[in-house]
Amino acid sequence: MGLTGILVIEEQCTGCGVCVGACPFDAIKINDEGIAEIDEEKCTLCGACVDACPFDAIEMKRGESSVEIDKDDYSGVLTFGEINEGELSKVALEMLSVGREIADKRGVKLSSVLIGGKELEKHAKTMINHGADIVYYIEDESLFHFNDELYAEALGKLIEEVKPEVFIGGASAVGRALLPRVAATIKTGLTADCTELDIDNETGNLLQTRPAFGGNIMATILTPNHRPQIATIRPRVMPVPQETEKNGEIKKFDFDTTTFKLSKIIKEAVILSEEEVNLHEAEVIVSAGRGVGSKENLKLIYDFAKKLGAAVGASRAVVDAGWISYPHQVGQTGTTVAPKVYIACGISGAIQHQVGMRSSDIIIAINSDPEAPIFDIATYGFVGDLNKIIPELMKKI
Amino acid sequence: MNIFVCIKQVPNTTEVKWDLEKGTLIREGVESIVNPFDLYAVEEGLKIKEKIGGDTKVIAITMGPPQAKEALRDVIAMGADEGILVSDRAFAGADTLATSYSLYKAIEKMGDIGIILAGKQAIDGDTGQVGPGIASWFGYPQITYVKKIVEIKDNKMVAERLTDYGYDIVESELPVVLTVVKEINEPRLPSLRGKMKAKKFEPTVFTANDINADENRIGLQGSPTQVKKVFSPPKKEGGEKFEGEAEELSEILFGKLKELKIV
Ligand SMILES: Cc1cc2nc3c(=O)[nH]c(=O)nc-3n(C[C@H](O)[C@H](O)[C@H](O)COP(=O)(O)OP(=O)(O)OC[C@H]3O[C@@H](n4cnc5c(N)ncnc54)[C@H](O)[C@@H]3O)c2cc1C
Ligand SMILES: Nc1ncnc2c1ncn2[C@@H]1O[C@H](COP(=O)(O)O)[C@@H](O)[C@H]1O
Repeated sequence: MGLTGILVIEEQCTGCGVCVGACPFDAIKINDEGIAEIDEEKCTLCGACVDACPFDAIEMKRGESSVEIDKDDYSGVLTFGEINEGELSKVALEMLSVGREIADKRGVKLSSVLIGGKELEKHAKTMINHGADIVYYIEDESLFHFNDELYAEALGKLIEEVKPEVFIGGASAVGRALLPRVAATIKTGLTADCTELDIDNETGNLLQTRPAFGGNIMATILTPNHRPQIATIRPRVMPVPQETEKNGEIKKFDFDTTTFKLSKIIKEAVILSEEEVNLHEAEVIVSAGRGVGSKENLKLIYDFAKKLGAAVGASRAVVDAGWISYPHQVGQTGTTVAPKVYIACGISGAIQHQVGMRSSDIIIAINSDPEAPIFDIATYGFVGDLNKIIPELMKKI
Repeated sequence: MNIFVCIKQVPNTTEVKWDLEKGTLIREGVESIVNPFDLYAVEEGLKIKEKIGGDTKVIAITMGPPQAKEALRDVIAMGADEGILVSDRAFAGADTLATSYSLYKAIEKMGDIGIILAGKQAIDGDTGQVGPGIASWFGYPQITYVKKIVEIKDNKMVAERLTDYGYDIVESELPVVLTVVKEINEPRLPSLRGKMKAKKFEPTVFTANDINADENRIGLQGSPTQVKKVFSPPKKEGGEKFEGEAEELSEILFGKLKELKIV
């Protein structure tokens, strides 16, 4: 075993086998001597067994990292104020509620950064009124569309100067493209798609909790030796803070875009109607499955969704049949959603669909088959024909 | 020109279950598969090769334990020209930063880089960070969530990428890193010839030494993030179930929607 690795402390191991089940990679077995043995070929050092062991008998050793940084140089919480095509996004505001909490716990300032083409001072004021103490903005015509490399360069420069201990942004299409690029550029850790954040005040470590393995497990992840600690957070998990008239600092951050050699341009941004596509931000999703019957019948789902002010989702079967476009697909090979209410209409609830929606607060299912697996996870299940139930229901609304 | 496709071997997460009593994962009999999104990346690589021809090669690359070779076999069967296995005990425990660094070093060693393809995300980690990470290590442009490649010409490409509001039409110079979504294509099934080739296939194995990796950037040591705790998510159970006539059911449903304040 080298400097780094995993070790079973034989004196402490009782051979109870908890680690065997905890290992996501099937790499542990109890050997003839009744002691846990780790197959190094299979082990990925994920650490699941270390935590699972009731006897502290598994230890993970890390080599001393030579890329230590001085953590005391870093202070404050910075959030990414995402702007899409000139519009401040909802997730930008959501970051301020969780950001505020962490900043208050640490007794530090909450700042935000806006990048865009125009009117950023106006958005900066909105951010202040939602809880930011300081808003930096980087404004240039060339920054109107989201261009990964340019944004990452600008953010990298800002982070170098501001030196926040924590940097968070939404796990939106933009956030999930931009933050990994920034994290790799400044060589720090990034935890994706968190659903919960907390901070350990003693160490300053951010406790980043997220689902993994298709939602089968939750993991809490730390970035103990690097700063800033970066995380993306699932849209709609954190509340939008109350808006009140407040004072704060608005600072322009100078970034000369002309010094950066651009090798990519955004030729056109095609904006589709919002209630149709943005599943991430929807409070309510009405989702169509093959049980809807035909492309024509889908109109019923659209009308129903419209009445509820909901977004329209779909199972893969419906997407593959060409009844609706891919951005609507919920599930393992589509989008993961967690709205307040998810209404599954004519969806059987195959596991690949479930992993994409089972964290929804309330699940309502309409399905004619009483044995459909969707009923195993539905808060309210309705056994019947959706083409009858929904029209009846719409008469009442 | 080489087209690199990053593929990852993952446990089929839909088969992984949580044992509530023991609070552990049940992995018995769970098969390993090629991450579903990566098959779209392989297909797109093959399509690009067919379109531009010449001496273009599709090279699949994976970092993982020795058994990850099976994942390479699967995509060799689809038609990939070569398969590289980046494998060394020293890589174990890599988070997305260390993984993207290791893949970057391996791809750099192969050279003649035109396009690097990755999946939108891996279904075990669900992070989608490795693609942008590789792009960053190289300093190459990246286009994430690509749903269509419109054209490739004169060392440039035009692609459509999904956004939260629709899609963007993006033009980039090569080399470029792309991550792809399911909408982009329909992955082909292995051909008979492919299967024969896969059977005999042995990957080129790169160790940490082979790719000249900085030991502080790989494996556990090169990974800023650490898993502190793993636990079971709150259990979802079926709730109330109603049967009856449509009229009756719609009445109950209406009541529930009112309770939830969405009507
Ligand atoms: C690698 C992989 C990835 C996948 N990824 C995804 C994914 O991301 N998302 C996804 O959704 N699927 C995914 N799938 C597919 C998944 O396994 C299922 O095939 C799919 O979800 C089924 O869609 P469905 O429920 O609409 O159709 P079906 O399974 O055909 O179910 C239709 C349901 O409608 C009910 N029904 C019929 N008529 C009526 C009526 N009049 N009123 C009420 N109910 C009615 C039926 O009882 C049935 O339960 C994936 C599969 C694989 C192998
Ligand atoms: N170990 C790996 N080997 C090769 N490619 C990988 C590896 N991990 C991730 N990838 C690629 O990066 C994509 C995103 O993975 P992730 O960032 O883990 O969600 C995957 O779809 C793969 O294309």
